[in-house]
Amino acid sequence: MAANLLERLFTPKRPIARNLEIGIGVTVATSLFAAWCIVTYGGLVKASFLPAPDAVGDAFVATLADGSLLKHVRVSLLEIYTGFVLSSVIAVPLGIFMGSFRVVAAAIEPVVNFMRYLPVTALIPLLILWIGIGFEEKVAVVFLGVFFQQIVLIADVSAQVNDDLFKVSYTLGASRRQVVTRVLLPATMPGVLDTLRITMGWAWTFLIVAELVAASSGLGYMILQAMRGLHPATIFVGIFVIGFLGLATDLVFKYAKALLLPWTTVR
Amino acid sequence: MGRVSIEEVSLEFRTRRTGTIVALDSLSMEIPDKQFAVIVGPSGCGKSSLLTLVAGLNDASSGCCRVDGRVVNGPGADRGMVFQSYSLFPWLTVRKNVEFGLAVGGLPAPERTERALRHIEAVGLSGFEDAYPVQLSGGMQQRVAIARVLANDPEVLLMDEPFGALDSQTRSIMQELLLGIWEREQKTVLFVTHDIDEALYLGDVVYIMSARPGRIIDTIEVGLARPRRYDIVTSERFVGHKRRVMASLHSEVQKTMNLTPPDPGESGSTS
Repeated sequence: MAANLLERLFTPKRPIARNLEIGIGVTVATSLFAAWCIVTYGGLVKASFLPAPDAVGDAFVATLADGSLLKHVRVSLLEIYTGFVLSSVIAVPLGIFMGSFRVVAAAIEPVVNFMRYLPVTALIPLLILWIGIGFEEKVAVVFLGVFFQQIVLIADVSAQVNDDLFKVSYTLGASRRQVVTRVLLPATMPGVLDTLRITMGWAWTFLIVAELVAASSGLGYMILQAMRGLHPATIFVGIFVIGFLGLATDLVFKYAKALLLPWTTVR
Repeated sequence: MGRVSIEEVSLEFRTRRTGTIVALDSLSMEIPDKQFAVIVGPSGCGKSSLLTLVAGLNDASSGCCRVDGRVVNGPGADRGMVFQSYSLFPWLTVRKNVEFGLAVGGLPAPERTERALRHIEAVGLSGFEDAYPVQLSGGMQQRVAIARVLANDPEVLLMDEPFGALDSQTRSIMQELLLGIWEREQKTVLFVTHDIDEALYLGDVVYIMSARPGRIIDTIEVGLARPRRYDIVTSERFVGHKRRVMASLHSEVQKTMNLTPPDPGESGSTS
């Protein structure tokens, strides 16, 4: 019986019961939390190395009460969304055209391919020299970090659009302009949303690195200050908040796709 | 009107590996208005390329295609095309898919909806107007594609192995459906297939195409009474035609596969 169950669970791609799926997820998450409790409350590690859950909770309440947490969250969100939206607004149309028009690809491919293998973190010192350590520099880091990746990924989405869709549109009487607006653009939308969802995750990495290198506010700065002041609990607050903000953004993208592109989720 | 003239059309393309390939070699064909013409040939013989030339999606190396005397110079709504891959717009509902050609043509919304619904009904998909293509089976998707092209009211219908991806039961239902529609709508059809039964069952005339370079090696006036029922495939006349097509195609298919025909006397006449 047990062997039978194991066999069923480890057959590739075989679906399992929804309750079982939720149960497994909850079990793993609570086990991790329990392990955290055991090593901290059990005195297995020093509080200065790994703070206990209640210490992190206290730090959360304290930073919330003095307004510092919300201030840092607001600064980071403003920086990341400004950089990300600026990048997306340019990269999405440019990527779509690059994937479908050879002339656009010929013009920008060499530059894009050079830039996309250049880690944006290598540009941070230069950006600090040029525009300082404030809001603009963080926006620039996020922008440069995701822009070239977005272009390449979206160009690929655009190039993958089935050529038969264009052919059939022409034979139905569509003009070249109509083929772009009524076929190419809608056909790329699911891939564009997926690309935005993936690159948003990368944007967080670039932002936090930029804030760790040089900043006067933001979640990365908050973590760095907590390290300097030997407040590991506050470091954990910063990490958890970043994690939850990322999770929330991801959920927004997921629901946006179901809402805006119902045909990708219907069955 | 939809008279299609194909005048000494050649199509060559260059590849880096094999040099110049002659896909179509000075091919001519005259399809009168309202005729159901079928081209049957081995895969890779250039029969689909010929359709794209008539559709205006590709340019011939020499020669030209005409529809009612007008030289084909790019694609247009007068020549509707149905592809093997259904090629529905996945982001549009069935109704919006069928309305596409009317919408880009600028027909007002109420009118195009009315026309779309009529054609959706004609292919038996009433009740599925608001479904998305992913929710439909292959046969249903191809029926939407047919409704979409017919709603546009083209003079010529170009069909590139439209039932090639369907299972054999669905395929024969689709053939009957298409014949019914064609008898009602009276349009010129140029239909490409590699299925001999399909060619003879549907066509007024069946053109047999050779392997590369593509030429017409035989033309069969089918001459079976209409409306046709599926059991004509067992009639003597049908079987006789079938024997003739099979004999021509057999050696052509062997040629494309680089196999030597067992009877060189038969195939020697074409080369």
